[in-house]
Amino acid sequence: MLTQAPRIVTGRIDHADSHTLERYLATGGYKALHKALRMGREAVRDEVNRASLLGRGGAGFPAGRKWSMLRPSETTYLVVNGDEGEPATFKDHLLIERDPHQIIEGAAIAAYAVGARLAFVYCRGEFALGLERLTQACNQAYGYGALGRRIFGSAFSLDVVVHPGAGAYICGEETALLESLEGKRGFPRIRPPHFPAAFGLYGEPTVVNNVETISALPWIVQHGGDAFAALGVGSSTGTRLFALSGRVAHPGWFELEMAKTTFRDLIFDPALGGGIADGRALKAFIPGGVSAPWFGPGELDLGLDQDAVGGAGSMLGSGSVVVLDDATCVVRAAWRITRFFYRESCGQCTPCREGGHWLEKILRRIEEGGGRFSDIDLLMDVCDNLAPGLGWLPQQTTICVLGPSIPSSIASAIRMFREEFVAHIRNEGCPFDAALIAGAGTR
Amino acid sequence: MTAHLTAANRARAEALVALYPQPRSALIPLCHLAQSQDGWLSGEAMEEIAELCGVTASDVYGTATFYDMFHLDKVGRHVIAICTNIACLLAGAYELVDHAERRLGIRCGQTTEDGEFTLEEAECLAGCDAAPCVQVNHRFVGPLDTDGFDRLVAELAAGKRRADIPPHGVLCRIERTVGLPGAKTTARPRAGD
Repeated sequence: MLTQAPRIVTGRIDHADSHTLERYLATGGYKALHKALRMGREAVRDEVNRASLLGRGGAGFPAGRKWSMLRPSETTYLVVNGDEGEPATFKDHLLIERDPHQIIEGAAIAAYAVGARLAFVYCRGEFALGLERLTQACNQAYGYGALGRRIFGSAFSLDVVVHPGAGAYICGEETALLESLEGKRGFPRIRPPHFPAAFGLYGEPTVVNNVETISALPWIVQHGGDAFAALGVGSSTGTRLFALSGRVAHPGWFELEMAKTTFRDLIFDPALGGGIADGRALKAFIPGGVSAPWFGPGELDLGLDQDAVGGAGSMLGSGSVVVLDDATCVVRAAWRITRFFYRESCGQCTPCREGGHWLEKILRRIEEGGGRFSDIDLLMDVCDNLAPGLGWLPQQTTICVLGPSIPSSIASAIRMFREEFVAHIRNEGCPFDAALIAGAGTR
Repeated sequence: MTAHLTAANRARAEALVALYPQPRSALIPLCHLAQSQDGWLSGEAMEEIAELCGVTASDVYGTATFYDMFHLDKVGRHVIAICTNIACLLAGAYELVDHAERRLGIRCGQTTEDGEFTLEEAECLAGCDAAPCVQVNHRFVGPLDTDGFDRLVAELAAGKRRADIPPHGVLCRIERTVGLPGAKTTARPRAGD
């Protein structure tokens, strides 16, 4: 169901000039920063803990706990992760372009709470307009007194640097992002010891928070952590920005109360997704970015709830839902997702670098008609080497989780639609009518 | 060493280096700066960036080659990137790529002979509610069908999109106007000075 929950991070973006300082101030902007500076660091941290704000980047780790794990040090850095790249995710892009001041204010609040005097906003390089708007907002915030020396007359000083990425999905992974911010290739760091809270940017304790997480902070400070926690169910508190795409009538972003709305509502409600495109039927959906295992029509009534989705064997991840209709070839869909991971692998770890490429080649040959009946088991075997899922160390065979994300779509497609793989192999080609599937050939 | 960056860009570069606690952090912003000047990232530019960041030219090369946005060869004035990832695939992105290759007479990764267009297949550009997603010089122009693509190419060739689509390499047209309190505002000594 749709609730009357307030729009916490998208409250002002219906205004055409939502990115300007004038609109930001006219809609209550920078009042939360004033309030935070009066409250004191401890009180701000306390409100964020009460809110139980889960990180909105994909891993869903509680933001307050992330802050509390910082190693005590003279120097602490804050980094806002705006390197949105998980396929089908487009919420941070929206917030960066349409409400950059909210990110600046949220960053100032977070930096104050954790005692950082220098913060970086790492913005995906392909967001040229977003970089311009963030830079403009940053300039204006200094002029307004919300950044720089002695903010709003307080003892707190903060500098914010907007830093462009340059086109590498892996830099959304927080330790790769820090390497990139140090001017290096985006190679994830091994943990332990390189937990950013202990040894982050330049070896100093560092908080890395997602754009949407940071954007929620002004509202939490203004309205209190309890008001945020009153929304949602259980550990899934507040609202969340969902990105809906694929074969749905109305693709778009929707800020919804956590857990109260179901996938059925999101995909079929006339005010939200409006059903499957062209009146077709739902075949499957990806509930939380392409790293997430797929769901079928049987899971439609699950709530948009981190625990419920996790309990059902997938993840809410980055909050992006992709709809596959009955004309979608799942081999082709799984191939394209796998191709993405293989291309974006940083290359450090053999299982990901080589395994990703093997999986891509096997899926391609099945789709193009050269598949063998043994390929289905071979796919699962390579997946198993990439993400053994052991209950003991090493639980994964790679430094970061990019590699272990690859099997999600392949294993889902085989589990749910094994007969479709068999049909590809038996027919020596894709059984889908080329007129039904958008585009022909896997190139 | 002969300077590759113009005097104005050299000043911008030194201001960028001063923003960071360690000069190497400016490496990627400086590569963008050089690419905004030339449209691509040349060996001469990388040598100057190395000097500015206090690293070797091979450090710059090794880093720049990791990132898709840096072009180490000349590209067209308009780099057209079509996303083919899952949401765009479902919206017909590969049909659009096929059409674009025929229309421009080049394959993805190639540049037209007149130096006007480079075509690229992109990974998800985070614009999935407007699929298939297309960028020209990192400005969003989609969603496009095949007719829309032809109109776009005609407009670009006729110079009608110069106001909203700057030349390739130009990323952020807004300059930072604020320094860092307490940061060194004077230029760092150059290697060899």
